[in-house]
Amino acid sequence: MEVQHTKGYRVISDWLITKNYTPFLFQQNTWQHIINGESGLVNAPTGCGKTFSVFLGSLIDFINHHPDDYTTLNPQGLQLLWITPLRALAKDIGRAMEEVIRELGMNWKIGIRNGDTSTTERVNQKKQMPEVLIITPESLHLLLAQKGYAGIFSSLKIIAVDEWHELLGSKRGVQVELAICRIVGELESGVVSSEFRVQSSEPGKKTFDSQLMIHDMRLSIWGISATIGNLEEAKEVLLNPLLLLLPLLHSVEKGGCEDPKKSGVIVRAEMNKKIEVESIFPDEIEKYPWAGHLGIKLAHKIIPIIQKSKTTLIFINTRGMSETWYQTLLNICPELAGSIALHHGSIDRELRFWIEENLHSGNLKAVVCTASLDLGVDFRPVETVIQVGSPKGVARFLQRAGRSGHSPDAVSKIYFLPTHSLELIEAAALKAALKENLVESRSPMFLCYDVLLQYLNTIAISDGFLPEQIYKEVISTFCFRHLTKEAWLQILHFITEGGIALNQYDDFKKVEIDNGLYTIKSRKVAMRHRMHIGTIVSDAMMQVKFMSGGYIGVIEEYFISRLEPGDVFTLAGRNLEFVLIKDMTALVRKSSSKKSIVPSWTGGRMSLSANLGKKLREQLDESTVHGPQSTEELEVLKPLFDLQEHLSHIPKENELLIEQIETKDGFHLFVYPFEGRLVHEAMAAILAYRISRITPITFSFAMNDYGFELLSDRPIPVDDSTIYELFSPADLLNDIQRSVNSTEMAKRKFRDVAVIGGLIFQGMPGEKKKARHLQSSASLLFNVFNEYDPGNLLLRQSYQEVLDQQMEEVRLRDMLERIQQSKIVITFPKQLTPFCFPIKVDSMREDLSSEKLEDRVRKMHQELD
Amino acid sequence: MQNPVPHIIRNNTFWVSPERCLFWEEQNTLIIADLHLGKSGHFRKAGIAIPQSVYKADLQRLMSQLYLFKVDRLIIAGDLTHSSTNKELDLFIKWRKDFSLLHIDLVKGNHDILDDSWYTETDIKVSNKKLAAGPFLFIHDLKQHQKLTEKEKKLYTFTGHMHPAISLKGMGRQSLRFPCFYFAKEYCVLPAFSRFTGTFKVKPEKGETIFAVVENSIMQLP
Repeated sequence: MEVQHTKGYRVISDWLITKNYTPFLFQQNTWQHIINGESGLVNAPTGCGKTFSVFLGSLIDFINHHPDDYTTLNPQGLQLLWITPLRALAKDIGRAMEEVIRELGMNWKIGIRNGDTSTTERVNQKKQMPEVLIITPESLHLLLAQKGYAGIFSSLKIIAVDEWHELLGSKRGVQVELAICRIVGELESGVVSSEFRVQSSEPGKKTFDSQLMIHDMRLSIWGISATIGNLEEAKEVLLNPLLLLLPLLHSVEKGGCEDPKKSGVIVRAEMNKKIEVESIFPDEIEKYPWAGHLGIKLAHKIIPIIQKSKTTLIFINTRGMSETWYQTLLNICPELAGSIALHHGSIDRELRFWIEENLHSGNLKAVVCTASLDLGVDFRPVETVIQVGSPKGVARFLQRAGRSGHSPDAVSKIYFLPTHSLELIEAAALKAALKENLVESRSPMFLCYDVLLQYLNTIAISDGFLPEQIYKEVISTFCFRHLTKEAWLQILHFITEGGIALNQYDDFKKVEIDNGLYTIKSRKVAMRHRMHIGTIVSDAMMQVKFMSGGYIGVIEEYFISRLEPGDVFTLAGRNLEFVLIKDMTALVRKSSSKKSIVPSWTGGRMSLSANLGKKLREQLDESTVHGPQSTEELEVLKPLFDLQEHLSHIPKENELLIEQIETKDGFHLFVYPFEGRLVHEAMAAILAYRISRITPITFSFAMNDYGFELLSDRPIPVDDSTIYELFSPADLLNDIQRSVNSTEMAKRKFRDVAVIGGLIFQGMPGEKKKARHLQSSASLLFNVFNEYDPGNLLLRQSYQEVLDQQMEEVRLRDMLERIQQSKIVITFPKQLTPFCFPIKVDSMREDLSSEKLEDRVRKMHQELD
Repeated sequence: MQNPVPHIIRNNTFWVSPERCLFWEEQNTLIIADLHLGKSGHFRKAGIAIPQSVYKADLQRLMSQLYLFKVDRLIIAGDLTHSSTNKELDLFIKWRKDFSLLHIDLVKGNHDILDDSWYTETDIKVSNKKLAAGPFLFIHDLKQHQKLTEKEKKLYTFTGHMHPAISLKGMGRQSLRFPCFYFAKEYCVLPAFSRFTGTFKVKPEKGETIFAVVENSIMQLP
């Protein structure tokens, strides 16, 4: 049936007319697919009514099924489950939905379920589920940890996953996959048992009931995603459980041609927003650029931009820098006080809400923010966006640009402000990439054993599980489709027996097997596990409070642990003096000190995307081939390029530049593949390992998005004769494994894996002191597992994650193959070059050594005196 | 395994072993601290799956040291056990019976919270805060050192609790960290005997001696 001829459509379009809205074509298409009972993915940028595409569709469908009494029907149970990655989004979406329901005169309730939902609200929801539940992936898992959760989903029609591109490729995405496979699996087993009931009871009326039930069981899944390179795959990841677990249901319903339903559809909103990019140029190009330094010096240049436009968002890559920027803007333009705000993940929630409210109402002139404002509903008053520093990828830049110029036909204006002058090349590269619409892909994750472990504990807490059923469901997800039976048994062994044990001297207690049903009986363990479900996103965070009691925000524990009492640091735009740590809370007092340490948060270490890297290399080539006149940015950079060319060389697109420089720190080797921080980190380790096979030598290394550095205390034996061999893709995997092992990259990964898998206990609120007996550090656990349980799945996962994410193995291999085809240029500059300077000042370092540990200590020992 | 290194304090010879213990030659005594027995069991009891072999290995290392030096007495400067009783401790009781002639002294640490009956059963002589032996004194936490009487302060003190480690820096911004024995002028802080423990970085001053445990050997610094 065509949607336009249905009652639901008429009701909705009448309402839209009263609001002066015309539905977009993609919205109408989505509605059609929804009433057909199909599943799929809506691809639309934010601010184009993507919420309405799925939400109104579900309303239309509901009205069609209840044409006469849709306004008066009593509570219907859960109809639409709306999964969103951000808590902050829930409120706005809920408000928009409530407005529609109210104006349509319907009885639906909209519920929100996340960390902020009160206990009373939760209890009410348990008694009577609202028709729409807006939920985060973590809260959805908490729901699965509730006794009798299965009943909640029996009436469900649509699962909608908002901002799926953000979740895809993260472990929270895997959480979504697992929750979906459980819900679908539950519905499927419900159908099977209802059919069974029919057979065993009298025929006639009952049969009719069960048919009705099967009809009502139909479930659609809809993802909503911004444009990414792999939309088709994104859709597949989301729909996989549906296809594998419910083929029977779907064929029952449509009898035959279920093709679009099987693979799902992609509805694209063909809206090309116009984007204008403008670089902010420094008055004078520094020939020796270093990260973060230049940006602040240009702060005065953005004041006129802020004053000119209604509201401006200033995106800064790291929370630390955003604090500095906020301070600086206030210093140079004091009249902004009161109309400028700071928004990042460590800032108190209440304050963030306040800022978001005021962004909506247009009361704020400017907001300095981090990725914390990347997602979500649009702030209509925003006219201008300023990106400070590299956005690291085309997609992110696009998304941020899209935050301005809100109405569909307006132009989005984004300014690019470089934090070191070399970054101007990036602006040129971004412009080129935007022209070609070169958007990155998000790769889904594979075999996250840690998330699976957490999930199994979750469903063991509530109603327990039967391994056969759950195994079938779990392998229906994209993430675990290659989960072997062997690994599955090992996981079951791990949660029931705790892996390797001393046998008779063991009282390991987690999941117990009761008549084949896997359950967690200990209330203490259950409590602790619930506390853990939210841990996928968070690092070890510590609250920061005033001595007098006021709450300021949270901050990474490792930062606080490095402070001495009396040290002054900046958080939420305030200078604070650290006093002491008590009960996992850092107590501070206000400080009037001018000098302060700005916390460095780890979140900022994103890597340059492959697309952007490629464009960068092209731009460099451009600057040498066509001369710097070709673009504004390259023109401005001419003095820097001249110095680089004079001291060393500017690599062309088919060249790889290597510089060898000797300073008082030791012997440096700089390599510039322009492939992003992560690939460089891996390549540095591999190169170090390969060189160290030639001669015993120890390196420390540093990298940024453009290149990496090896530093040693002795000359580095790299020359024309060995160079291609050192960059050979042959035997890459083995070399990776050997070098990863020695650099212990996996150790850092293991922290997250161990936290999610429940090996590290972070403590409960109020009980934090008592739990200290159970605390241990990730690196300690890593060593213990490496030594005593090397086959452990979580350990293996850490190594695998290093390979996939940390090293980006595929990209690494591509790079090496590209290098084999290119010309390698080695230069020996007498002094540091403009290219190498930003790397040298970057302080994040790794070690790799082929010398004996004892020899290294002896050497260091001499240094000590 | 490299041989222990001798270190002389107040005319007594202490052999510093890479297995994180001291052998006091004159008294034929082995000195350790922070064994944290049953720590893995404590974790496992709470549903956190730590491999238990780490515990077994600790006991085996202790056993081999006792055999190696053929000692009469073992002094533990606190934290013999990690928490309340669990089945892992049964293995220790069994182990204790094989060494029934060994005299064991324990200076109670903050983790030693078992019932007195347990120490009676395992034949361990418990001292509440401190234990004096010759010109030496054993306590658990260095903080106790200030509270000692003037007379006691004249004794050279052995302590644990801290789990000291030393961090070394080299050229090219290299850095490494090792558990260590920390010999100051008036006291010595022992490394944690158990390998399933974290560490605390110490910064030695001039005239103090550090023995770092570098894999299977002992290195004296500076």
